[in-house]
Amino acid sequence: MASLTSHPDETKVVSKRFGMGATNIDRYLELDGYKAVQKAVTMQPDDIINQVKNSGLRGRGGAGFNTGLKWSFVPKQSPKPKYILCNGDESEPGTCKDRLIFEHDPHAVIEGVVIAGLAVGSTTGYIYIRGEYRYLLEIVQKALADAYAHGFLGKNIFGSGRDFDVYWHGGAGAYEVGEESALMESLEGKRGIPRIRPPFPAVVGLWGGPTVINNAETLASVPHILLGGAEWYAGLGTPKNGGTRLFCLSGHLERPGVYELPMGYNLRKMIYEVGGGIPNGRKLKAVVPGGSSTPALTPDEVDVAMDFDTLMKAGSMLGSGGVVVLDDTTCIVKFALRTMKFYQHESCGWCIPCREGTDWLKKTLTRFHNGGGLKKDIDNMYYLSENMLGRTFCPLGDAAAMPTMAFIKKFRKEFEDHLEGRPCPYEKESTIQELPVMA
Amino acid sequence: MRFSDQFEARFAVMLTHYPTKRSVLVPTLLYAQDEIGFLSDEAIAEIAARLDLTDLEVRNVISYYSMLTTKPRGKYNVQVCTNIACMLRGGEELLEHCEQKLGIGHKGTTRDGLFSLEEVECIGACSWAPAAQVNYDFHENLTLEKMDSVLDEYRTKPQ
Repeated sequence: MASLTSHPDETKVVSKRFGMGATNIDRYLELDGYKAVQKAVTMQPDDIINQVKNSGLRGRGGAGFNTGLKWSFVPKQSPKPKYILCNGDESEPGTCKDRLIFEHDPHAVIEGVVIAGLAVGSTTGYIYIRGEYRYLLEIVQKALADAYAHGFLGKNIFGSGRDFDVYWHGGAGAYEVGEESALMESLEGKRGIPRIRPPFPAVVGLWGGPTVINNAETLASVPHILLGGAEWYAGLGTPKNGGTRLFCLSGHLERPGVYELPMGYNLRKMIYEVGGGIPNGRKLKAVVPGGSSTPALTPDEVDVAMDFDTLMKAGSMLGSGGVVVLDDTTCIVKFALRTMKFYQHESCGWCIPCREGTDWLKKTLTRFHNGGGLKKDIDNMYYLSENMLGRTFCPLGDAAAMPTMAFIKKFRKEFEDHLEGRPCPYEKESTIQELPVMA
Repeated sequence: MRFSDQFEARFAVMLTHYPTKRSVLVPTLLYAQDEIGFLSDEAIAEIAARLDLTDLEVRNVISYYSMLTTKPRGKYNVQVCTNIACMLRGGEELLEHCEQKLGIGHKGTTRDGLFSLEEVECIGACSWAPAAQVNYDFHENLTLEKMDSVLDEYRTKPQ
């Protein structure tokens, strides 16, 4: 069980039932549970889509695409069944929010899946949960069984004359499967190799049928939008970036934790006020604002509104909400190396620029960190990363290249400090014992 | 090849959830592994036959997923995360400590078959780093001392 934290600046929407026992279906009903879906069965599908579209809800998995717009791409008529697929394969380093949603409010995800189904004319949904989250899979299995027992799923839900089934599905360890087309491959019982697009999943998805794929946090937000209204939800955030988001604060902070803050919340405040600042009187060196694939920001770049568009303008991405804070004792080369080691491990090997690029970068960064770097390696690594961008079927190649380019561009001196056979000048003895221990 | 009644009941229900049999493959492999400790040749052949797949097709899937293994490992698989958020808070030291304590390296197994050790990628415990999983149990906000008591807890668990 992950521990909960809170801060006065939080606006609790998705997290409002955290810690309130809402895994119990009766408790969930007391807390406005299944009210949104009852509203949805009385609405026209297009009205549901428009509400979600106008709320400014954007994909919480990282891409930040307008959710209602995504739903609107599903063809009205389809000879093949349509599907809703909830992506709970949370594995972007720095991200641990969907875990809390499944742990504390699984019915909200189920409700979101059903509403998405009503909106696009589907009768079947799947909730895919990563293999490591076994305890969450069990919570979801129980929640689904309870929802069926109450008649909220299955035939003629809420007397609407419409049927809707939701099934659970468990993974077995793969970051790549969090990418939507690889996720479908995995659910179909195959290796998680991405599919070429177009056609997009909204047209040709699971078993060839139109499929809506949304992140768990995205779907858990939907019931709140239907109950509170698109205008209310949009008003919580910034223009075109509706609502709130679960930010996962980690790294060198006094109070790491998952906090629900309005879209557009200032990053500096997030680090120094919500996260309690940097321990041991140290200074900020860098922050990875949205999971390991997003380009790092330097201390003079952190006065920025945390929404999709502002971060894009700042040369980074809001990504998955994983805010990783690095203090001034961190070696950027080592951090870049650990990031690349991850992508090299997770690359499925389908696309050559990603398979070879991540391996080559890992090897170069390893040599570099050990003091065997050459001056020309620095530009070579940048050039190599640049050539991975946009040349792969799925964004894993980009995810490996983007942070590397930012590290080289913004922290070139640290790379240069590793030259001429010098071992890492930043390496220190211990990190584990000097940080505050959370209760 | 016999699996538990619970496995069989779950398997039968899962087959009704999808339009194709093959879709049950990934979760079924993990549940099978949980029962026998690893995916034996026998288990692979059995699952392949049930799903109208060849052994090779099943092996092809197994090799993709990091949690699936065709080699036996310890009763308790200690998985230490050293990815970025854990690394910043001492994940690598924690791994080294476990290596020394258990006398094994990455993917090694103790001679008594009680523990295996694995360095793993992000397990979704970033805000509670450093973290490790023993089988499916999460252990978070770890220190070297806390890790010792976690290992002791499993060591002394009634068999």
